[in-house]
Amino acid sequence: MIKGDFISNLGRIYGFYTGGFIAFVLLLAVLEQMGVPNRIIGYLFVFLTIAVYAVIGILARTAQVSEYYVAGRRVPALYNGMATASDWMSGASFVGMAGSLYILGYDGLAFVLGWTGGYVLVAVLLAPYLRKFGAFTVPDFLAVRFGGNPARVVGIIVLFCCSFTYVTAQIYATGIIASRFLGLQFEVAVFVGLIGILLCSMLGGMRAVTWTQVAQYIILIIAYLIPVVWLSAKITGVPIPQIMYGGILEKITAIEKTIGITKAHIQPFTDYNMLNYFALILCLMLGTASLPHILMRYFTTPSVRDARISVGWSLLFIFLLYFTAPSYAAFAKYEVLTNVVGQQISSLPGWVKAWGQVGLVTVTDLNKDGILQWAELKINTDVIVLATPEIAGLPYVVAGLVAAGGLAAALSTADGLLLAIANALSHDVYYKMVDPQADAKRRLIVARILLIIVAIFAAWLASTKPSDILSMVAWAFSLAASGLFPALVLGVWWKRATTPGAVLGMIAGFGVCLYYLIGTRYYGMPEWFGVKNISAGLFGIPVAFVVTWVVSLLTPAPSKEMMDFVDRIRVPRGGPVMQQD
Amino acid sequence: MSDVPPEKAAAHWAKTRSLMWTCLTIWFLASFVVHFFVATLNKVVILGFPVGFYMAGQGSLIIFVVLIFWYANRQNAIDEEFGVAED
Repeated sequence: MIKGDFISNLGRIYGFYTGGFIAFVLLLAVLEQMGVPNRIIGYLFVFLTIAVYAVIGILARTAQVSEYYVAGRRVPALYNGMATASDWMSGASFVGMAGSLYILGYDGLAFVLGWTGGYVLVAVLLAPYLRKFGAFTVPDFLAVRFGGNPARVVGIIVLFCCSFTYVTAQIYATGIIASRFLGLQFEVAVFVGLIGILLCSMLGGMRAVTWTQVAQYIILIIAYLIPVVWLSAKITGVPIPQIMYGGILEKITAIEKTIGITKAHIQPFTDYNMLNYFALILCLMLGTASLPHILMRYFTTPSVRDARISVGWSLLFIFLLYFTAPSYAAFAKYEVLTNVVGQQISSLPGWVKAWGQVGLVTVTDLNKDGILQWAELKINTDVIVLATPEIAGLPYVVAGLVAAGGLAAALSTADGLLLAIANALSHDVYYKMVDPQADAKRRLIVARILLIIVAIFAAWLASTKPSDILSMVAWAFSLAASGLFPALVLGVWWKRATTPGAVLGMIAGFGVCLYYLIGTRYYGMPEWFGVKNISAGLFGIPVAFVVTWVVSLLTPAPSKEMMDFVDRIRVPRGGPVMQQD
Repeated sequence: MSDVPPEKAAAHWAKTRSLMWTCLTIWFLASFVVHFFVATLNKVVILGFPVGFYMAGQGSLIIFVVLIFWYANRQNAIDEEFGVAED
């Protein structure tokens, strides 16, 4: 009853919420003018936004299994799109991507392409069919389509390997952002982030995570756009950075020529050669279409039709951030080339000094002439987004807003990943394999306990600053693509795919990918054809497809029941194939 | 479901599959083929954007967004044409 009211009033509720948030930012701006110290502004931003997420998380608590796992399948397409967008865009996308584009120039656009184009595959190949099937988790689908627990177990292992490193990195990011803006010790800040994550997800599962992710999207997109829109207005006179950075690119190219920078911003294939550029795009796209925390978001829409259109909304909301990131990079580079490089080192702009003090910008006068050269300046990727408010001459309140946005991005992704892991453990391992007789109450208790255990373990790991784990995040896409993509796609699109084919295909693809990753990183194995290990999926994916195909043809065709089952997931009509309570 | 006759389901799937290949072809062109010609495209400059750079930073992304909405509408129309849409 109340829920029906909530769903039909979503526009009004989130409208008020957005208005309230803007009023809150303006209030803090006034407080800042009245002399309230920056530190207090930072505290208010971090704690009030976390408090709002926690309130939503608590209001959305539930005692129903289908509410906990798939938000009751009642999330309208547009809102599921927003939730998916914040589920998808991590702390690193928000804080680090513009910086990577600043450093890599054209080659960095492989990330922009790779992290958007995969949604076409999600929409066309997978989301509507998985929605029609009616599973709670991705391993659930694999188990039913490919004859039981072996496929389920392999699915869980792949899911765990790619999601756990990823969630550790997200909790690490919340710790970094919280410690920077609150002045807390890093280890303490990690646990502040952990509390924020648990309050959002523990009581209400998918339902609570959905509605907090919508709230987090609104904050993160406002926070991302304001500084660069302002900077664009300041530099070019027009507040549309995504169009105006064209002119800036032209100026950058001209300046690069005059001061003799050989690696031009717009020059393709300087950091990555062509093979690596396209391999990276492919792995990121197929990985996007295989990551369980993304696929499971489309289990929550009311219908198959909504699942399809919801992928469109997701990508539109993601697009708003990703097509802005290159403009951040261009404006920042222009600023550096005109107001930083070539200046007396003793009189650099304030932001260079401020970020230099925390070690994120380093200036070394190599030729001892007292003037900063291009090669003498090193900038950490996080600085571009974090320093833009200062570059644009905006008040501190905007820096606080950016911190709140980065926190929202990291928290929302952590929530989604944590839920994907804990749900696989509670639904697939506990309920489907250990205790199929468990009643609803018991299942939800187990689900929550596992969620807390996984969260605490990930937070503990993050607090040790494990450099290996953090650099492995980029592997998640290749691992997911090699381990899951062929089995999922062929499961829907090729009836002849058999259980041994799929299981061996998953093991082979995942195995080859993992072998290449570990071999090249830890055992000095030479790269195959010079492919960097971030694109290990270039080998794993074809191996998985070929093994699935060959083994399927060598083994007896699936049963008539299985063929009928595949037919049923191919037509939208007739409700979910798998009825679950 | 049992209420969809097999020949109707087969015709529906044939049309669905051809839409899938159309979409994947466009996806492949926008993801890879266009960027293969980046050096050539960069010789054309519009509003300051070298076109090759623009396609990777913005153009292909717009194609992806429009493609998904177009696909969703086309697939709905196919479902309705064969009477297999949801009620």
